[in-house]
Amino acid sequence: MMDVTLPPRLKRIGNKLNGPNTLGNSRAFWAAFAVGMIVMVAYPLVRGSYAAGQFSLFLAYGLLALSLSLIWGYTGILSFGQVAFFGISGYTYAIVSLNLGGPLGQTVALPVAIAAATLSAFVLGYFMFYGGVQDVYVAILTLVVTLVLETFMAQTAGSEWSIGTVALGGFNGIPGIRNFALGVEGASISLSGSGFYWFVLGILLLAYLGARVLVNSKYGYALVAIREDAERTAMLGYNVKRVKLAVFTLSGALAGLGGVLYATWGNYMDPSVFSLVFATIPIVWVTLGGRESLLGAIVGTVIIERLRLWFSVNASEFAIVFVGVILMTTVLLVPRGILPGIKDSYVFFSKHGIRDGLERGRATIQTRIRAWLESLGVGQSDTETPPSSEVVRE
Amino acid sequence: MTSGLGATGLLTPLFIGDVLGGLDSIGVPVTQLLQMADSIAFIILAAIGLTVIFGMMGVINLAHGEFIMMGAYITTLSVNVVGLPLPVAMILGALGTAAFGAIIERTIVRRLYGRLLDSMIVTFGLGLILTQGTRIIFGNSLQSIGTPFGNVPGYTYSAYRVLLLFAAIAVLGGAYLVFTRTEFGIQARATIQDAETARTMGVDTDRMYTVTFAIGSGLAGLTGALYAPSATIVPGMGQSFLVESFVTVVTGGSTVLLGTTLAGGVLGTIDAIFSNLYGNFIGQIALLITAIIVIRLLPDGLTGLAHTIRDKLGERQ
Repeated sequence: MMDVTLPPRLKRIGNKLNGPNTLGNSRAFWAAFAVGMIVMVAYPLVRGSYAAGQFSLFLAYGLLALSLSLIWGYTGILSFGQVAFFGISGYTYAIVSLNLGGPLGQTVALPVAIAAATLSAFVLGYFMFYGGVQDVYVAILTLVVTLVLETFMAQTAGSEWSIGTVALGGFNGIPGIRNFALGVEGASISLSGSGFYWFVLGILLLAYLGARVLVNSKYGYALVAIREDAERTAMLGYNVKRVKLAVFTLSGALAGLGGVLYATWGNYMDPSVFSLVFATIPIVWVTLGGRESLLGAIVGTVIIERLRLWFSVNASEFAIVFVGVILMTTVLLVPRGILPGIKDSYVFFSKHGIRDGLERGRATIQTRIRAWLESLGVGQSDTETPPSSEVVRE
Repeated sequence: MTSGLGATGLLTPLFIGDVLGGLDSIGVPVTQLLQMADSIAFIILAAIGLTVIFGMMGVINLAHGEFIMMGAYITTLSVNVVGLPLPVAMILGALGTAAFGAIIERTIVRRLYGRLLDSMIVTFGLGLILTQGTRIIFGNSLQSIGTPFGNVPGYTYSAYRVLLLFAAIAVLGGAYLVFTRTEFGIQARATIQDAETARTMGVDTDRMYTVTFAIGSGLAGLTGALYAPSATIVPGMGQSFLVESFVTVVTGGSTVLLGTTLAGGVLGTIDAIFSNLYGNFIGQIALLITAIIVIRLLPDGLTGLAHTIRDKLGERQ
């Protein structure tokens, strides 16, 4: 894609897309990416409209994953609250579009819903970051906010909980949200099946490329600097709080966009989007795919959701167990996620060659397993105590 | 043990009833006080295991709710299936959870020291597995043991729930003694303050981490055990402790026991007032807002405030 024959304008865009903060910058990567996109675009033609409709949910989730990758992977702020913004946006969309009715109502509801998510993220972020809340406390507070929202939405079953003509509906949520539509009465397009799929795919592609531009810009360097060492970044003259707030708000907006697509995909909203399990799921996607990789977040989403779909059909009670196991094994064994893992092993093997590389890999794994067994105190004599106790015994 | 419980069962309500009746006759709002005691006990007990592990080791155990659930399950099963007397079953619940915590520390948490957010995620994954695993093995709910002691005489308030306040105070006092007055407590705190120096002084720091994590887990299990008679025993029951426990950690600040006590008192009072007036949800909102305000004003939580006051008093003397 980044050929020398490209016109200068395209090349400038290309330069903005590539940089040290994204894993794939080579021509080979972009070629593979183009092939992948062609496959994705052709998917509905091969598998039919119904499968495409199913798949568009994963793509809508992809926006949620992107938002978490930005805030957590790049800025180092673990937020359990992305689903809160996702849900707030979905609910707002439902309320506004159903109250106004018609395609115009839906067209108006889209920006209103995203604005609601953005505003919530801004307010919460303001209180947290300007209140000096850091690290784990951010994770805890965002989680608590999400859980409280669940409690709130679940108790809105009574008729007094209506906004306009729309009842919030408690556990049952709001049904009857129409398929996504844009335009005014008489001149509108309604999207479902393949059309909706292509629409979501297009939005996700734009969001992905936009996020790439962002993380490879000066601003993106600031994000990574904050992740690596917030104090030093502040010493260098960056307004850390403001940058954190800005990226938190932006990621809230992105999650909100995903929420609107989710609401129109399933035609309903219910409080389960604020539940503990759903709050974890984005973290599982991003952990598996690679939190410091935007594409990894999306790939992780598709893999996990595909498998969750399989489980829900074949062994529904084990779905959550599976999610937990994936989460634990990924963090313990492939802490950076699979996409960075693949990239690392690619670099490793191209440096050492296949045979030598395999030999080294085997040695590393053996050492690791031995160290792990030692830490459990299995089958080891006193001569090989773990390093931490060496100091103790003189 | 059973006879001991029977004796307390006979004595306590009489004693409480007399005192409360006396208070009520001189215009003390007894019902509100009972509610407050209930709330304070709940918040302290919900948080204690989490705060010990977080305060001493800096690890947020997101499977905390599931550890509580585990304690409750062991207790309930010991009573219902094995037929053990309740106090024994409770001790078993605490010990069983402590043992499980020790295993988890040895196999998993140990590998993630210094990777705080990762340890949160792993324990979260563990929590999911425990909840769903419990559901698969034991079904959607267990038959409850039933609350002992009945109501406080003259009131519609469960005497057992009120007794839990004394349990909470006993737990705090016990933890205080263990961490300040025993050889282990001093070694554990030395490890937390400066692991390397502690090692050179001959402290087995690895063991300290394991034992501290086990104690924190055991306290969570004890909470589950104590609430087993009065709670609905379902796999997701740990979740009902989550909001309160996390808010307490945030509000309390870094000094474990002092923070939990202060936060428990403040939050329990707020929770009792708001839950009583406007329902459970508003109670939770009030807790959340309190936590946000406290963090906004006092970055080190309530213990930060306590330390500042202590330092000022010290200067004056």
